[in-house]
Amino acid sequence: MTAPTRSHIKTLKIDGKDYSGHEEETILDIARQNDLFLPTLCQIDGLSVAGACRLCLVEVKTWNNRLVPACTTHVEEGIEVLTHSERIDNYRRMILELLFSEGNHVCAVCVSNGNCELQALAQKLGMDHVRFPNLRPVRVVDMTHDRFVLDRNRCVLCARCVRVCDEIEGAHTWDITGRGIDARIISDLDTPWGSSDTCTRCGKCVNIYPVGALVEKGSAIGEMVKHHDFLEYIAEMREARE
Amino acid sequence: MRNQTNIAAPSDDKRWKLVEATMRRNGYRPDALIETLHTVQESFGYLDDESLQYVARKLRVASSQVYGVATFYHFFTLKPQGKHVCAVCTGTACYIKGAEKLIEEVHDNYGITPGQTTPDGELSLVTVRCVGACGLAPAVVLDGETHGNMKPGQMSKELETAINKTGSAEPVSHTAIPEVMPQ
Repeated sequence: MTAPTRSHIKTLKIDGKDYSGHEEETILDIARQNDLFLPTLCQIDGLSVAGACRLCLVEVKTWNNRLVPACTTHVEEGIEVLTHSERIDNYRRMILELLFSEGNHVCAVCVSNGNCELQALAQKLGMDHVRFPNLRPVRVVDMTHDRFVLDRNRCVLCARCVRVCDEIEGAHTWDITGRGIDARIISDLDTPWGSSDTCTRCGKCVNIYPVGALVEKGSAIGEMVKHHDFLEYIAEMREARE
Repeated sequence: MRNQTNIAAPSDDKRWKLVEATMRRNGYRPDALIETLHTVQESFGYLDDESLQYVARKLRVASSQVYGVATFYHFFTLKPQGKHVCAVCTGTACYIKGAEKLIEEVHDNYGITPGQTTPDGELSLVTVRCVGACGLAPAVVLDGETHGNMKPGQMSKELETAINKTGSAEPVSHTAIPEVMPQ
């Protein structure tokens, strides 16, 4: 008799319902396949998983109600997962509040207003106030690039830019320096983006950024300067002609 | 493997041979980055842009990644250190026993905060997370020598003695700072 072959398909319970998935799939994969909503910020299809934002936290009942990020946790036989509960929802809102309090996330003056994943998540998860004082960071804004701008005050350290630059473009211009509250995005050896030899100006980082930290030049409110000097000149010259 | 010999060292300083040896011993593998940076720091005392760039090219690691690693670990420093290095332990035990007061005192006397060096290059102040001498808390490692149960006034004396003793002597070895364990 041959030994029973180990099955690669695992069955699990999510919110009380039975699902199955391949052992190489994550809880997030299974949730997505079955149209179960899990909030994510750092995750984006096509890039490796970072597990940076912790918004996809789920509770695994069979692991002593431990909270684990769904995006990095592979499915296991017999686990019981909870995607929403008062506890999880509260933690998710708190994570958003902490992100908001750490940077400059004033939507009214942000170029990404209306096209921002952080803003959308806050609306969706019902984060209507921030109970932590804002740190009002004054971080260096890099405007040296001729096409793009990096505003570190709006960065949420999702590392999407780092991953897309490394994994897709293959340039690895971006990385993160420091740790904890001092962590920030850098290009090359913490040198101005505009002088980077490695940046190919492909714009992938700008396009996949979830918030308004990496944007095209010319979109900021401060750059919307009107020039009406022409009017006086033309009016004056025309008067002389009449 | 691609030939890495065509990338020349930044200068003909003999110390680059040591760095080169470390990289060769590891087959110029990208994952030998931390070990190589260790050798650079042991040989030169700190990591400057030139050396980071050189290591990055040699090991085929992106320079931003090298910079990220070099700034992630407390052990690495991007600035030249002073002749004397005062490492105040801020691990949990030392922190509770008043490590902050020791840091404050150095600041009051020498005007430097952790990570800085006095303008005359005599003294550098760094903080480390747990030197593994919790029984001696608060502990200070001054030029590689551990001083336990430090009190503010006492540490000032030790610092003064160390600085006066050597005066303008050779810089102390930076390898003497114990390796930092993440907390």
